[in-house]
Amino acid sequence: MGSDVSVSATVAWFTKTKVSTEASEKRTLGKGVFRRCDACGETFKAEEFRLEVCPGCGRHYALRAEEWISYLLDEGSWSEEDAQLTALDPLGFVDAKPYAKRLAETRAKTGVNDAILTGGGTLDGRGVRLGVFVFRFMGGSMGSVVGERIARLFERGAELGQPVVLLSSSGGARMQEGALSLMQMAKTVAALGRLRRAGQPFISVLLDPTTGGVAASYALLGDVNVAEPGALIGFAGPRVIEQTIRQTLPEGFQRAEYLLDHGMVDLIAPRPELRATLAQLLGHFGG
Amino acid sequence: MAHLDFEKPLVELERRIRDLEEASDGLGGFEPQIRELKGRAQALQRDLYEGLSVWQKVLLSRHPDRPYFLDYLGNVFEDFVELHGDRAFGDDPAVVAGFARFDGRSVAVIGHQKGRSTKEKVRRNFGMAHPEGYRKAMRVMELAERFGRPVFTFVDTPGAYPGLEAEERGQSEAIGRSLLVMSELRVPIVATVIGEGGSGGALALGVADRVLMLQYSTYSVITPEGCASILWRDGARGPEAAEQLKLLAMHARANGIVDEVVEEPVGGAHRDIPAASALLAEALRRNLAMADALDPDARLDARYAKFRAMGRHAG
Repeated sequence: MGSDVSVSATVAWFTKTKVSTEASEKRTLGKGVFRRCDACGETFKAEEFRLEVCPGCGRHYALRAEEWISYLLDEGSWSEEDAQLTALDPLGFVDAKPYAKRLAETRAKTGVNDAILTGGGTLDGRGVRLGVFVFRFMGGSMGSVVGERIARLFERGAELGQPVVLLSSSGGARMQEGALSLMQMAKTVAALGRLRRAGQPFISVLLDPTTGGVAASYALLGDVNVAEPGALIGFAGPRVIEQTIRQTLPEGFQRAEYLLDHGMVDLIAPRPELRATLAQLLGHFGG
Repeated sequence: MAHLDFEKPLVELERRIRDLEEASDGLGGFEPQIRELKGRAQALQRDLYEGLSVWQKVLLSRHPDRPYFLDYLGNVFEDFVELHGDRAFGDDPAVVAGFARFDGRSVAVIGHQKGRSTKEKVRRNFGMAHPEGYRKAMRVMELAERFGRPVFTFVDTPGAYPGLEAEERGQSEAIGRSLLVMSELRVPIVATVIGEGGSGGALALGVADRVLMLQYSTYSVITPEGCASILWRDGARGPEAAEQLKLLAMHARANGIVDEVVEEPVGGAHRDIPAASALLAEALRRNLAMADALDPDARLDARYAKFRAMGRHAG
């Protein structure tokens, strides 16, 4: 029978969706030109937080998906695809509010249709297919739309003969779509298989956090796995693991540096260097 | 025999019948009463199992007497040889893998395994695999591929184990890799959810040409208790969450997640394990024939198309 342990086996996928998205927002002090870093406690001029990285301690705060795209891609090269896809409510799921209502509200609030942006562009002159999770949309959770857009991203990479760069930040599968969300894990990985057979590389960039069904599908299957400093990456969330094993977890557990130590990621790239790192990798794998 | 609360009236009636049968052994005299009680038991059984709630079906999928992978293995397959270890770290008893004969044909068999006794439950980690369990499964799948043997998988897990060592050794990578291996294996694969189909740890053995679910099994993105603890911060409200998650076999069939629901004996597989095994064997035979009918390229395309189509969206 279900023990406490079994009960908590999948909680992490969704508890992570509760993670605050506020951490990166500017704390305005005085007239709003200064910003205090929560990690080191120091205050800097707001514009010194380039790409949301603290100029003092190097803490990486979340960067919005739209800003990622304009940072990584050559100016004016981005063209979004499949933006018209919207989620349905196949289960008629109701938690605090009906899922359909939650979706409509979240779309209005975030200005995007679901938890990922996908499309194509050029990075340092090379054609790439690019996907970036939108964590502010229901914790970047992967339901049918996210799964579909990722599958199409990999398929287009295969068809067009272009590498795929995918930046993940997600709590995991979207609970409100039940087992249909779970199946997105199999669907995205199968589509990745097509890209691999087409001989195109998949560079997986693991942002904070990448957990649950996203971590346990395509995200750690990159030909190269690149992590951001300090990113939380794992199958189960730390709280679930602590409840399961009933002991405190070691400092730095499941952080990018821990995964590097344990052989799960190829390299850690500080954000200001990521564009150059990707260009270098694409140079090695590209035609 | 363990039983669930709602099974109690039936179990008690059956006990009375047995007592009467023992009392009348060789002497006779109780036949009319026994006949009458048996009729009542049958009617009660019918009423009881036709009116089960979603939660009661969830409990059936986790019934302490429910047949596990090794029970079916013994009844449906012959000549089993177990292969241990992932060749990298260790052997995970929560996953059993090896080769056996099905209708005389050598096949790979892989499944989650729960324990029956307390000691065995702990040894099998309640059917919750570590990365080495999935890596062992992949090793045996690749062996099957090389020797042209079909693969049968059996899914019965609350979920992959959420522990420190599991994370340390790459639980995510192991599950993801297993999804990739299964989506590209050229030999036929038939997967059957026999009990609990708990999230990624279940799906890791569930990518197949034909995916079957036993009638009283579940397939879910999260346990009802886990879902309730997120929605209402109260894991005890699992029964309500179970209603929301649409995790029963009939839901999975309606949502295109499984290809076939395999009927169980009245009241569930645990009430007649030989009959449940026979029903399963027949379904496996039929579904293997379907997967076998395609050449490897067509089979891979069909498998891809099936999983590719899963999900619902507009636009």
